[in-house]
Amino acid sequence: MATTHAEHHDHHDHHEMSFWEKYIFPLDHKVIGMQYLFTGILMGVLGAFFSYVFRMQNAFPGIEVPLFGLVTSAQYNSLITNHGTIMIFWFAMPILVAAFGNYLIPLMIGADDMVFPKINRLSYQIFLLSVVVLIGSFFVHNGGFGGAWTAYPPLSAKAEYNLTPWGSILWLVAVVLEFVAFLLGGINFITTLMNSRAKGMKMMDIPIVCWMIVLASILFMASAGPLIAGAAMLLFDQTIGTGFFDPARGGDPILWQHLFWFFGHPEVYVVFLPAMGIVAEVITTFSRKKLFAYKVVLFTTFATGILSFFVWAHHQFIAGIDPRLANIFTVTTLLISIPIAEMLFVYIATLWGGSIELTSAMLFALGFLATFLVGGVTGIFLGASGADIYFHDTYFVLAHFHYTFVPIAVIAVFAGLYYWFPKMFGRFMDETLGKIHFWGTMVGFNGIFMPLFFTGAAGDHRRIFDFSNFPELAVSSLQHLRMVATISVIITILFQFVFFWNFIYSMFRGRKCTENNPWKANTLEWVAACPPPHGNFLVMPEVYRGPYEYSVPGRELDYWPQNEKV
Amino acid sequence: MIELLRQSGSSFAGDINNLILLVTVLAGFWLIVAEVVLFWLVWKFRKKPGVKAQYVTGERKEEMKWIHWPHNIILVCDVFIIFFAIKVWHHVKQELPPAQSTIRIIGQQWAWRFIMPGADNVLGTKDDIETVDELHVKVDTTYHYKLESVDVLHDFSVPQFRLKQDAIPGRIMTGWFKPTKVGHFDIQCAEICGIGHGIMMGKLFVDSAEEYDKWIASHTPAEATSH
Ligand code: HEM
Ligand SMILES: [Cu+2]
Ligand SMILES: [Cu+2]
Repeated sequence: MATTHAEHHDHHDHHEMSFWEKYIFPLDHKVIGMQYLFTGILMGVLGAFFSYVFRMQNAFPGIEVPLFGLVTSAQYNSLITNHGTIMIFWFAMPILVAAFGNYLIPLMIGADDMVFPKINRLSYQIFLLSVVVLIGSFFVHNGGFGGAWTAYPPLSAKAEYNLTPWGSILWLVAVVLEFVAFLLGGINFITTLMNSRAKGMKMMDIPIVCWMIVLASILFMASAGPLIAGAAMLLFDQTIGTGFFDPARGGDPILWQHLFWFFGHPEVYVVFLPAMGIVAEVITTFSRKKLFAYKVVLFTTFATGILSFFVWAHHQFIAGIDPRLANIFTVTTLLISIPIAEMLFVYIATLWGGSIELTSAMLFALGFLATFLVGGVTGIFLGASGADIYFHDTYFVLAHFHYTFVPIAVIAVFAGLYYWFPKMFGRFMDETLGKIHFWGTMVGFNGIFMPLFFTGAAGDHRRIFDFSNFPELAVSSLQHLRMVATISVIITILFQFVFFWNFIYSMFRGRKCTENNPWKANTLEWVAACPPPHGNFLVMPEVYRGPYEYSVPGRELDYWPQNEKV
Repeated sequence: MIELLRQSGSSFAGDINNLILLVTVLAGFWLIVAEVVLFWLVWKFRKKPGVKAQYVTGERKEEMKWIHWPHNIILVCDVFIIFFAIKVWHHVKQELPPAQSTIRIIGQQWAWRFIMPGADNVLGTKDDIETVDELHVKVDTTYHYKLESVDVLHDFSVPQFRLKQDAIPGRIMTGWFKPTKVGHFDIQCAEICGIGHGIMMGKLFVDSAEEYDKWIASHTPAEATSH
């Protein structure tokens, strides 16, 4: 039903909206996207602050952490738990899926808004409620939940074990609310992509980032069910004394692990795909190149998505599953490396023959490729069951997944923000500050997690608040590596102030963006004004070609917007 | 290679070390190739005045081969790794060699309890020796362990042995190891188990045969010797 919306293009010049209608209870997908973006950034700041606190305790056990104070072991557990939970559910997902999805999908497919604007608004409101519940959980009796973001029962199920009677319940409620918000959002993304595309936009003309966000939403919807069921059971175990996960009453704690990771592994791709989408847009624009083999990107994404449902037990090799089962999951896990590697190769191949301009956005996009490769490659150690016996639950795992998550949720997000900033706010960010921010972030990030590969390979295991209790690990060579990591955290955080200054200053005082298409890009969001008004387009665009027709031979201009007839 | 960071002390540690080495070589090769190509392309195709980018769809056969060949070679690497990973896994976790002695390991918030069979080498008899946070074993002896938990999940981990296994309430996990080096090593709990997870450590003493017998003799409970 790719009909044109031109017939009602005049619906946006209805009455002037009050501040209340426009920003507090908005229906405009762009404003909802912004709400998700700013909430996500604030939560990211909180998550980063937590990591600073527990890293300080880890590297300098027992010190009075500036801005926090002494860290008890209960607080340490709660800080890491909520750091992990926040970073995945309240930072990575809201920004990558909800903020970029809301902002970009209608604009990039030439629609005036989402199909269900009210569901969209409801989605954010429930999300905000989940934030309130989560933050509330830190202040109840005995503090926030500290049983790790994976919340394995029986620890998570019984207050006598975790000692956080209210924290663990509120934590779980917050996660479930967050899921509801994203299920509602996902329905919208999928329907909008399928039904509201501009006239002429065929499936293979859809920009990769829109595909990626929608496929991520499908993955999320398909995987969330079992976990929500599990969460309901866990909540009953916590509150009304059922025994779903209690072996003493016929329950099984391992069941939770299956439900959690059946969701948890696809979840990795839920955040990975949108990041890949952002990077695709940025590298094609700034290398003036057509995306190498669009269809291969799409099909490898399908393959990854499907395979991602068959690898979950690689998180449970030594958790007590039948050892024969581990062999199957070793095979599927190593196989999934193939489509992922292929995707990365395609992106690298796109650079061939380009005319590469290293803007801040492009630097971050290339930085994503360079660092994500490390994360991908180190995953092989953990997928190989025999080697995972040694690495499981060590800092090696931690460094591995931060080399995937930080590129995804931080580096690719920066690429997207520098790239779409002029569209979002009608002004440019400062490029010099952007480059300082880039190099500071890259050096800092590698400085945090490179050393942790080594401490992990030396036997440091995760979620330990003070290594001095373990004689073999309390040696100074390892402690020095831990200090390097912690000092790098501080450096990384300091460089983010450059970003925040740049972001906020440029929003109000940056160089004005006087044209609709400052980067000379092809996709439809660049047809709309900077920033686009409610309703997005003055004349609804029509589409005549794919999104990546850069440097087409015989054309004088090196780009060819999707909506230009000739 | 991994031994530079943590020495090994069990019969299967070497197999795990070799597997890690294999993955390091293969995965490391691809990492270096990909990074070098990435940086080289960024350098080679940097923007130059008057030079236009090329139009490459990536959909023609001779272009696709740049993706297909790496794809195929990675598949071969993967098959290699799968083969050795499963081989090591099978040896360490799946097939238990016959036991020369069997011990019980019990995890609880936040300590390890060990029950050793004593002089008669049979568990469940009067001369069993029970200890907390301290396990004594004899070098070059194949042990089976029966791992239990009384409350939440724990994980019995001895990095030197390359040994790690979750302890699950309501189940008895059976596994094996064979210490090959005399000395004492850290036992860690490698699964978060509450606020004391960070202090849940134990000591593993691998004794020579004589020392082990001496230790047994001096720790055998009094009622077991007095019939
Ligand atoms: C500011 C940058 C970051 C730093 C310095 C950092 C550091 C850490 C450290 C040291 C831990 C382990 C704590 C422990 O086991 O004792 C941890 C856990 C974790 N981090 Fe991060 N992290 C950062 C960003 C992120 C991001 C962006 C994500 C995801 C999008 C993330 C997800 C997680 C998760 C899921 C855990 C596991 C929590 C658990 O053990 O339950 N982190 N982080
Ligand atoms: Cu996984
Ligand atoms: Cu523990």
